[in-house]
Amino acid sequence: MQNLSAQKLSVGYNKKILIGGIDLEVRAGEVVTLIGRNGAGKSTILKSITRHLEPLGGAVYLDGKDSRLLSHKDFATQFSVVLTERLKTDRMTCREIVEAGRYPYTNFFGKLKEEDKRIVDESLRMVGGEGLAEKQFSSVSDGQKQRILLARAICQQPQVMVLDEPTSFLDIRYKIELLGILRRLASERKMSVILSLHEIDLAAKISDKIVCVDGDKIYKTGTPEEIFRGDEIRKLYGLRSGSYNLLFGSVEMEKPAGESRVFVLAGGGTGIPIYRALQRKGIAFSTGILSENDVDFQVAADLAETIVSVPAFSAVKDEDIERAQKQIRRAGKLLQACNIFGECNQKCEELLRFAKENSIPLISDVSEI
Amino acid sequence: MEKRDSGILRWEICYAVLVLLLFAAVVANIWIGSANISVGDVFKILFTDVFRGQAQYTIVWSIRMPRMAAAALLGGALGVSGYLIQTYFRNPIASPFVLGISSGAKMVLAFCVVIATNLLGGLSGVSMVVASFIGSLLAMGFVLLCAGKTKNMAILLIIGIMIGYICSAITDLIITFAKDEEIVNLTYWSMGSFSGKDWDDVAVIAGFVLVSFAGTMLLVKPIAAFRMGEGYAQSMGMNVKLFRVLIILLSSVMSACVVAYAGPVSFVGIAVPHLTKMMFSTSRPAVILPGTFLMGAVFCMICDLIARTAFAPTELAIGTVTAIFGAPVVIAMLLSRRRREL
Repeated sequence: MQNLSAQKLSVGYNKKILIGGIDLEVRAGEVVTLIGRNGAGKSTILKSITRHLEPLGGAVYLDGKDSRLLSHKDFATQFSVVLTERLKTDRMTCREIVEAGRYPYTNFFGKLKEEDKRIVDESLRMVGGEGLAEKQFSSVSDGQKQRILLARAICQQPQVMVLDEPTSFLDIRYKIELLGILRRLASERKMSVILSLHEIDLAAKISDKIVCVDGDKIYKTGTPEEIFRGDEIRKLYGLRSGSYNLLFGSVEMEKPAGESRVFVLAGGGTGIPIYRALQRKGIAFSTGILSENDVDFQVAADLAETIVSVPAFSAVKDEDIERAQKQIRRAGKLLQACNIFGECNQKCEELLRFAKENSIPLISDVSEI
Repeated sequence: MEKRDSGILRWEICYAVLVLLLFAAVVANIWIGSANISVGDVFKILFTDVFRGQAQYTIVWSIRMPRMAAAALLGGALGVSGYLIQTYFRNPIASPFVLGISSGAKMVLAFCVVIATNLLGGLSGVSMVVASFIGSLLAMGFVLLCAGKTKNMAILLIIGIMIGYICSAITDLIITFAKDEEIVNLTYWSMGSFSGKDWDDVAVIAGFVLVSFAGTMLLVKPIAAFRMGEGYAQSMGMNVKLFRVLIILLSSVMSACVVAYAGPVSFVGIAVPHLTKMMFSTSRPAVILPGTFLMGAVFCMICDLIARTAFAPTELAIGTVTAIFGAPVVIAMLLSRRRREL
């Protein structure tokens, strides 16, 4: 069982060490993801693993053997890459690109044997690229290009696959497809996959291990459960404005400034689109009455000026209604997002009556503010 | 599967067309000229001894044939070295001339001509060839030296262009202080021409060009991989450093040979590889390299024919003709490329 490890690895450009003392271990069948800010050094680490950059200290070992000792050809049969640069080609078909992956296996003139052709076809099938094979690479879409490049990397039949931001330029559907293929490669072929990703929500879902790269050091390494906890992501990315929701893996913009100008009567997910719309318009708001296990509560916590809430799984009581009434009076407007009233939030209907009795405008859309 | 077969069929047809064109160009080059020789006589001269000893025989065998052979070989070499440089720099308009190879040749030549005229009373044809050969290799050597220092292809290309400028500046300096009669040969050289080649020249040209071409054909596998760029090429197990040196070396020997024997011949190196790729609809080196050689040969033979017959008895500079046919190809190529990208 192969095992890739980096020990006391120092990486950087032009003899200047950017990140030193990197210890890393990737077992067969594992997906390891590097996350971190732009320019944090993710690519530099990956390039040092793929020998595009000379390590400035320490070494990368494959099965305990220093990878620098491998010949060009042997190295290529162990490692394959998908680079982050956009590839521009001149009259090359997609099949030719994939075939190039057989380079370390073919003879001096690069003649493909039947076996090679079978592997090319199989690799194309694996990424769903059979239909693209005879098309010019320059004429297919970004998503298709990335799949072909992945097929090329598969075709090289490596033990370790290294991908530098393989999902940039891809729409969400291709992102999910591509990462799904990587997971399959890891579990079916026992390949070790190391990649860098900007989509931390996806990283949390596909990785066995996450490495947080932070400029001059490895900030933290661990399972997604260990990394996506508490304030780590906020610190790693230096988030000052806006916030990152760990549970949803979603990003919320900065909370609108100022005093609440509207009270949003929400619950059960009806509030989230309204909150985001208000945020876009820069209107501060208060909201309620939310149970703390309501989905709306998650986003409200990031965006609302004030939240009137009740503990998880509890019914709304009279004193909660009073608190909400105070907020409605202060905001001067009531926006009704929720119109489902069940056992737990029955009393919230009273708020509608309260607004009517006190001639507080009752609206149903953000545009009415 | 069907599509791949039709691709191979297309390549076969293209080769057949090129060979036919080559044959037509050979016949035309031997047949057409200021001395009127009928086609029938041409074949008699070539394949029988009927005309041996007569003027026509000498014209065909000692003037037209070697000139044609030189044009074909040098044209092929230009095409191939253009393809190599373009693949190497991953830039469609790179060519050995853009990298200052002819400027380097001209500089050394200018220097030698001025010195020789004053000290030896003139420079022989052979020494001119040697001087410009050294000059081209000097310029390319410098580019090669820089290639070891930077990995950025765009920067290397600009360095090449700058070296060209420096060489031109030094040449101008020499010319400024030279007497007219000293540089008459230089002026003649910089017009570029395939004229006055004899069989000895052709033998030397053939030696350099064919050996370099054979060397290039041995590199089809790495060249094919290098089309995806250096990063991928290296990851597939290629020794990129060695490859870079070999490619620059091969293409500069070929283009130095052209510069030495025919002077600067513009646009062939840019236009011919592109025309070939368009015709064959691929950039696969195993297919394109022989194709480019044939296409370059045909292109230069036809251009030379035009150069010597269009305004006979006045002969045009070969660069004049190649530019007229080559430059539009480059313009069309750049425009269509832009369209494809949008």
